[in-house]
Amino acid sequence: MTTQQAGRFDGRVALVTGATAGIGEYAAIAYARDGARVVVNGNNAERGNAVVDKIRSQGGEAMFYKADVSSAAEVEAMVDATVEAYGRLDFGFNNAGIIGEGTDLLHEYPDDVWQRVIDVNVKGVWLCMKYQLTQMLDQEPIGPSQGAIVNMSSIAGLVATASAAYDASKHAVIGLTKSAALIYADQGIRINAICPAGVKTPMLERAAAKNPNFEEDSKALHPVGRVANPEEVADAVLWLCSDLAAFVTGSNLVIDGGWTAQ
Amino acid sequence: MNWALARAPAGRLPAQLQLFPMRTNTYPELEGKVALITGSTTGIGKAVAVGLAAEGCKVVVNGRNVKNGNAVVDEIRADGGEANFVAADVSDSSQVKGLVQAAVDEYGRLDLACNNAGHEGMGPVTHTYPEDLWDATMALNLSGAFYAMKYELAQMMRQPQIGPNRGAIVNVASIAGMVGGASPPYNASKHGMIGLTKRAGIEYADKGIRVNAINPAVTKTPMLDRFMQDDPELVPEWAEMHPIGRFAEPSEMFDAVAWLLSDHSSFVVGVAVPVDGGWTAH
Repeated sequence: MTTQQAGRFDGRVALVTGATAGIGEYAAIAYARDGARVVVNGNNAERGNAVVDKIRSQGGEAMFYKADVSSAAEVEAMVDATVEAYGRLDFGFNNAGIIGEGTDLLHEYPDDVWQRVIDVNVKGVWLCMKYQLTQMLDQEPIGPSQGAIVNMSSIAGLVATASAAYDASKHAVIGLTKSAALIYADQGIRINAICPAGVKTPMLERAAAKNPNFEEDSKALHPVGRVANPEEVADAVLWLCSDLAAFVTGSNLVIDGGWTAQ
Repeated sequence: MNWALARAPAGRLPAQLQLFPMRTNTYPELEGKVALITGSTTGIGKAVAVGLAAEGCKVVVNGRNVKNGNAVVDEIRADGGEANFVAADVSDSSQVKGLVQAAVDEYGRLDLACNNAGHEGMGPVTHTYPEDLWDATMALNLSGAFYAMKYELAQMMRQPQIGPNRGAIVNVASIAGMVGGASPPYNASKHGMIGLTKRAGIEYADKGIRVNAINPAVTKTPMLDRFMQDDPELVPEWAEMHPIGRFAEPSEMFDAVAWLLSDHSSFVVGVAVPVDGGWTAH
């Protein structure tokens, strides 16, 4: 992937939740590549530190912070730690999410799995925004933007794909994003969501392992004939955070190889 | 705002003194590509033409107004860019065919297109809306986008592929393609354009051509000036519809078009991206 945009995020600080693998990992690496200092969040310290090492080996600056995004206290502490380490927070990529291992059938879906999916995928995004926005409003902006937030939804936020809990949670992220975008638009903070379809991540590999026809099904579902690379999703996240998207707020950017256009 | 353009010097050197063309290079993969922008004599289309030329594209400027078209070409050339004007009315299929042919005659191929030509068709409410204005607006906005894509796609499919993709197309729809609030044919045509974009997006996704759209909200263009003359009370009302608290600059629409035309959006297909300051979020 070409880029002539190195240095566009110099002096900025990005917090990426669920950044120990998949899209979050690639986004963390991309933010750092373009000059931002990055907080890599996740639950797995070993994998998180491996991402940090990767960023540092490429000359970037990053730290790992372990936190469960569904815990208000942990999210607040994470934003505090970000500011303590790097002085500010310019970008939040609220990416942490779980698919929810359960049955496909709503009437058999376990309550505890439902609760966990909603807690991580929706409440987690809300809590992250809450503390990120508090910090963003409190600091001097660099350039024209007071801050930018990107929330991870999915095409499951637009159409039904997986399970009741996942589909509901991702639809909810879009609603939450619109609501927050309206409130903070005139304060210089832009908030958008992204809606990827299939992306080559560990989450997808787990789904693929369960479906012998995965390859064929993927091709049929994506008119482009393949699933996305995580870099392609990370690129959209960075574009939304950049001043090149200065008039884009409250939107859900669909990165689905044509899935939902069908 | 385009951060690269913002750093460009305020005053322009005469073309003969320009040692190096003014280049933004936000997306180096666009360099040398041939781009056709319909309705690019003013407004968003002009911003896209000027912006793509600064990215190093060879640009075909199109519209019905020769004077305005040549002025855009002059502006691009003065900055060291490459452009030509081709007059054509996109609501006429044969003229669109000629337009794409002229682009190929001039530059040998067609890699990128931005189908932007459109008119607001402001008039009375539906039950008194004149049929001729309906026909003209639908022909320009919706059939025009269809004709444009038809001949653009035919050329992209016909020519030898350079690099990983055959081409990319961005249609300039509108938030009027998501909500109601302009004129009957404007809303119908812009909704239709989004459907057309999805269809073409699917059809050409596995052939290396990505088709997408943008949905601008109110942008500071001559169209806005016409709205203001037409109904002075409408504009203050609209201002309040943008949570971001202002109207868009044409360059902000270019920034979205450029991203969609670039390889950076390589998995984005059949999508209409709102660039609307939050309008359609509420």
